[in-house]
Amino acid sequence: MLPESLSKAVAGQPLKIAALVSVGQHPLSRRERQADQDSRAVELALSLSPQLPSLIHVGSAQNNALRAYLGMGLNSLTVLNADPDADAVPALADYLRDQPLDIVLTGVRAECGEGSGLLPYAVASQLGWPMVPRIVSVVSIADGHADVWQALPRGQRRALRVPLPFVASVDPAADPARQSAFGPAQRGNIDFRPCAAEPDQARADWEQHPAKPRPKRLAVAKGGTAAERMKAATAKPQGQGGQVMTEGTDREKAEAILARLVAEGVVR
Amino acid sequence: MSLRIRRNPRLERIRRNRLHPEYTALMAATVPAIGPTGLRRINPHQTGFVMVQGRKRLNRLNPGGVGFATSSQPGQAQAKEKPLHSVTDPRGYVAVVMDLPGGRLSSHDRDVLGLAQQLAQAKDDPHAVLAIALGDVRETDLGGAGADRVIQLSQLHTEPLTGYCPELKLSILTEIEKHYQPAYWLFPDSIDGGADLGSRWAVQQHERAAVQAWQVNKENTVCRGGSQLTDWHRPTPRVLLLAPECAAPVEEYRYEALPLELTPPEPISATIEDRGPVSVDPSQIALSEAEFILAAGNGVRNWDQFHQVATVLGATEGASRVAVDDGYMPRHRQVGASGTWVSARVYLAVGISGAIQHLQGIGQCETVIAVNLDAGCDMVRRADLTVIADSEAVFAELLNLMTERQTGVSHQSDTADEGEARHVA
Ligand SMILES: Cc1cc2nc3c(=O)[nH]c(=O)nc-3n(C[C@H](O)[C@H](O)[C@H](O)COP(=O)(O)OP(=O)(O)OC[C@H]3O[C@@H](n4cnc5c(N)ncnc54)[C@H](O)[C@@H]3O)c2cc1C
Repeated sequence: MLPESLSKAVAGQPLKIAALVSVGQHPLSRRERQADQDSRAVELALSLSPQLPSLIHVGSAQNNALRAYLGMGLNSLTVLNADPDADAVPALADYLRDQPLDIVLTGVRAECGEGSGLLPYAVASQLGWPMVPRIVSVVSIADGHADVWQALPRGQRRALRVPLPFVASVDPAADPARQSAFGPAQRGNIDFRPCAAEPDQARADWEQHPAKPRPKRLAVAKGGTAAERMKAATAKPQGQGGQVMTEGTDREKAEAILARLVAEGVVR
Repeated sequence: MSLRIRRNPRLERIRRNRLHPEYTALMAATVPAIGPTGLRRINPHQTGFVMVQGRKRLNRLNPGGVGFATSSQPGQAQAKEKPLHSVTDPRGYVAVVMDLPGGRLSSHDRDVLGLAQQLAQAKDDPHAVLAIALGDVRETDLGGAGADRVIQLSQLHTEPLTGYCPELKLSILTEIEKHYQPAYWLFPDSIDGGADLGSRWAVQQHERAAVQAWQVNKENTVCRGGSQLTDWHRPTPRVLLLAPECAAPVEEYRYEALPLELTPPEPISATIEDRGPVSVDPSQIALSEAEFILAAGNGVRNWDQFHQVATVLGATEGASRVAVDDGYMPRHRQVGASGTWVSARVYLAVGISGAIQHLQGIGQCETVIAVNLDAGCDMVRRADLTVIADSEAVFAELLNLMTERQTGVSHQSDTADEGEARHVA
């Protein structure tokens, strides 16, 4: 179902949306899979326009992980054929520049490899389009502008207005992707296109290692005498034993609670 | 008069015995001597005490304050002691663009400032840490967090820098780059805006930024890769987006935090327009993300009233397992070991006894407020404020208080002065 304002906006001319998809990996088994954030981007694209979005992948992968995106109800996927260590940004920018597109959606960070989250910014900058990070939904589109909601910490949202065309990354708080169906995924068409992608020179001399566990920061007691430091290190953290209110009427008690809530800034 | 030193066995005995009632008074009486230059001198023969076997013992508790600095108010004493670290003529800068959520330094900001000081010290010629604060600043002690120089702008050509305005901020950073050419640009890689601004800045500068960097020195940087599964070892670039706890915050010194001049850049027209925060229905916020949770347990009977209170307070609803098992609340609202681990800043627990499985789930909450009939239950021990009262009565009064706040009228009809009530209305 399209939101009403959106269906009106797109009645004349359907929105043209592209989603950039990558191959993800399962965090535990490390099997290749459909990347979660990219699937949410595809889901958002599907919900925005009656015209099917185009899916674009740079690489040489031809596996079930990539096909799983087709199982979400799409007919075809474009693969820009490139080496695994090629720089995807110029290839993508060259391809997208020639397409009549309104919105390009991506995930925030890739699940494999560097996962820096810089790609949408770099692509947007090469195209000269604005980039909106971490959107959760597109609320309406009117006279060449889109109203989008951006995810903030603690489940808060912010409304932004951007001119079309633009690039946006889709936050993990957006709607989860629909189930991928196996049959359509196998039947879907993968359209390979040659592209002249240069190898990523900047990354050539970097080394990749399995992640080392990061040390936990300990609260070290500083200063004082040795005895004081010893006491601070060994003392059991006691329940601070907050204030207990037994006396008073119910109203006074409720006032105390409300005063605390106001002091903490959660009730205005 | 003979010059023979006479011993006082009684005093010696007291000096040996820390539990003696006169011990503290005696030790306090031995005042430290002041030498001719005004320095405090310690007579090593008088510190400690001699055991009966003739062995000398030192007492590091040092109640008389001889020989050691007393720390009766440790925080104050340390703040006074910290020496000032000053960079008089910096040859270069290490720029830190702080997040300052709510105008205050986050712990992430402090970590990044700590790393900036490390990088500045590692340089051969003197470098200063340039802290850049864009937007409202309510933090007063930037020097204590490691800022040698500060550039603070809360607006640009009458455009406020609060809210979402990455393009305005980029134009300011460009201006800073033009004047000061920092050796490094450091950003906290955070959802509070640092990751976004840092990525934009890296792309604009054609720098391959280190993202999620967690181990940084002058030559090498280690970054976390996708899904936190790989580490990338690479040379340290000029633009770094740093993970939390990338370095320890500064501790030993105070820093100057001298304001620097900056001519504001030419006004630009931003393409992305901030239309303000969206009022989010708190019941739609996922429990693990919510900032303020009102949770109900077995001590709540009137569930309609509970939902009403959650609505007027603007709280996200949570529940204990018993309330969920009894069918009063959906499973995805359960807090605790077998439910959701919440990170709310304020957690208001009504009629919850505080079983360990429940307390585990609220381990990260900063402020816990409890309403319970039983003053001896575990939730009371965990809570910062406890009210011993019936849940239904407290809810009713909370509803009254909130309606009064919204309308500005007192409903406390029987006790309120009538004239005053009319005046308020
Ligand atoms: C394997 C396992 C996993 C579990 N996981 C969870 C979990 O994830 N989350 C969870 O919550 N529990 C969990 N539990 C259950 C847990 O052990 C407790 O049984 C449960 O938390 C108790 O819920 P309660 O505090 O609401 O109820 P009770 O223990 O019954 O406490 C009710 C409290 O309300 C007070 N009260 C009663 N009437 C009133 C009134 N009128 N006004 C004010 N106060 C009143 C009482 O004094 C009492 O303190 C788990 C248990 C097991 C065995």
